[in-house]
Amino acid sequence: MGLTRKSTGIYTFLEEFHTDSSGYQAIIALAGNPNTGKSTVFNGLTGLNQHTGNWPGKTVTLAKGFYQHKGKQIALVDLPGTYSLLAQSVEEQVARDFICFGEPDAVVVVTDATCLERNLNLTLQIMEITSQVVMCLNLMDEAKRKNIHIDHEKLAKLLGIPIVPTAARSKEGLNALKDAIDQTVSGGKRLRPKTVCYDQELETTLAELTSDFSSTFSSRINSRWLALRLLDSDFTMVKQILRYINKTGNNLPSSSEEGLDL
Amino acid sequence: MNIMSTDRLITKIRMLRERIGPNLRDRVVSSIYQHAEKISRNVVQKNEFKQDLDICIDNIATSRIFGLPLMLLLLSGILWLTITGANYPSQLLAKLFFGIEDQLTVFFRFLNAPDWLHGLLVLGIYRTLAWVVSVMLPPMAIFFPLFTFCEDLGYLPRVAFNLDHFFKKAGAHGKQVLTMCMGFGCNAAGVIACRIIESPRERLIAILTNNFVPCNGRFPTLFAMAAIFIGTLVNNSHNLTASLFVTGVIILGIMITLLVSWILSKSLLKGIPSSFTLELPPYRLPKIGSLLVRSVIDRTIFVLIRAVIVAIPAGAFTWIFANIHVGGITLIDLFASWLQDFGRLIGLDGYIIVAFILGLPANEIVLPILIMSYLSQGAMLELDSITALRDLLLSNGWTWLTALNMSLFSLLHFPCATTLLTIHKETQSTKWSLLAALIPTGVAIIVCFLITQVAHFFKLV
Repeated sequence: MGLTRKSTGIYTFLEEFHTDSSGYQAIIALAGNPNTGKSTVFNGLTGLNQHTGNWPGKTVTLAKGFYQHKGKQIALVDLPGTYSLLAQSVEEQVARDFICFGEPDAVVVVTDATCLERNLNLTLQIMEITSQVVMCLNLMDEAKRKNIHIDHEKLAKLLGIPIVPTAARSKEGLNALKDAIDQTVSGGKRLRPKTVCYDQELETTLAELTSDFSSTFSSRINSRWLALRLLDSDFTMVKQILRYINKTGNNLPSSSEEGLDL
Repeated sequence: MNIMSTDRLITKIRMLRERIGPNLRDRVVSSIYQHAEKISRNVVQKNEFKQDLDICIDNIATSRIFGLPLMLLLLSGILWLTITGANYPSQLLAKLFFGIEDQLTVFFRFLNAPDWLHGLLVLGIYRTLAWVVSVMLPPMAIFFPLFTFCEDLGYLPRVAFNLDHFFKKAGAHGKQVLTMCMGFGCNAAGVIACRIIESPRERLIAILTNNFVPCNGRFPTLFAMAAIFIGTLVNNSHNLTASLFVTGVIILGIMITLLVSWILSKSLLKGIPSSFTLELPPYRLPKIGSLLVRSVIDRTIFVLIRAVIVAIPAGAFTWIFANIHVGGITLIDLFASWLQDFGRLIGLDGYIIVAFILGLPANEIVLPILIMSYLSQGAMLELDSITALRDLLLSNGWTWLTALNMSLFSLLHFPCATTLLTIHKETQSTKWSLLAALIPTGVAIIVCFLITQVAHFFKLV
């Protein structure tokens, strides 16, 4: 509700990119379109008072908090709201970089039940990066008011990820969400998200590139997604991918970055 | 194991790219969209038979005819409520605090404390604090919950929608309005919020002009000027005049934002405004309880505490400054007299300029420092009510023109230190950070100079 102490003044400096994972059993990233109530879910789970407001683009930095569930300490990172992970604005980069390189143990996608279709675009993109995705189908109260019905069980089957309907403003469904996160993190069920299939030519190209480096990179980033990004002319992204791979010990020649005017 | 060198990988990527052609991004995006559509068709059932209330409200709130007037009405309404509502509690607090001051004086006499200690602690620090709390607390406690209500309701994107047209004409981005709304809370937060603007050119414009919306720390100064000076010009409708004055100051800030944005986009930051889609979120009725708690604790008390914390050393510093004599003249008088001619030229005085310079760490403390330096000059008035503050200012040669220029200078001058540091962090450039301080200061000086000269020319003061 309104700006909080932590979102103004000197505190604006205190955002960092990497989360200190010591002391936590898992790090969870909270992603979603703008204005789906991500910050409300964040506050509901952590009991913190992150600035919430009814307008898109209010969270542009990473907010962090934690909660305890079933004896586990879980760290939660609230990402800026984005419509996609392909675009170029700084806040979208912040979100994408964290999902790719911040190594969260799971990503919770908060979606707006009143306009699911638009929200699915981001969900599908995140599912391409990581299989550890849980959907929090938020604003169910508003959907009910607007007479919109969603078959969430069928949706879970179509996407291949757990889906938890919630109404975060009245804290409905948040416990179920914690349970679903717990199950995903502890790996009780191996998730097999059903990602988008591209056209024939693109798929064969991807397969060709993927086979080349899947044996080389032991990174946690999905190799199919990596191949797709390397083919797409996003220069900053390619640079970051290489920096990340260098850092995680897959030693590539450091001259690599110069050779990359793609 | 098949270790591929990076160079080979890059050659391969180049080759594959040529094969699949240039429109990869479009193919990927359209596949994702089609897939999303298919799934959503499968699971979503919509029965929209009733006309949406949101749409009805938006037909008025964002209409060409009613949009702008409604916005102004809402703004001045909020300000009127703030000023009217703050009046009585302010007087009550002032009475309470100065009652305590008398007791403190008695206590110090009882202890046989030396005069300088009583001067520093009671007449210096305590008195300044008493003013800060009684002038700043009540308006903030009313204004911030009201503003937060509009924010949580979902009205702010509508404001952006209504003003988009103007910003496009100024060569700036429509989302700049949202960053300005954030600036109403805190300019440092507003500068960070500029990240929502994709184009670097428009983002810089938004960063450089964010300071032209008054933040938490400057609102109290505006309210104080309005309530104790401007409002009393017209006797009958005192609060109405005061609230219209503050509304006018804010509108002027927006107009200056547009003007400076326009000049920047025609000179240093040339370019065409990019288009964007802005989602108008549904109206949501805020939860009043938590809204009150949050806006009072996180905004009101926070700003107040910061003012108090910075005002204590600043108050002591100013008092000492004002009591150290160099060649028969106090240090503060010395500095003020250097700046006096310049201050006069823009309708202020040397002390006000000193207060703004010393207030660089936080805008909240400009007024306290000023009160402090006036008080320390030995003109010991009996300050026991809110009107006494007015008398203090009057006895230091203030007129309505000084109050007006004080408000405008506060609105337009250089951003506080935190905001400047944030700008440096966001732009990674010393040049733009310097410009972020110089442009507003230049504008403030020009505006105040023009107003003063015009007023003198027509012999209005």
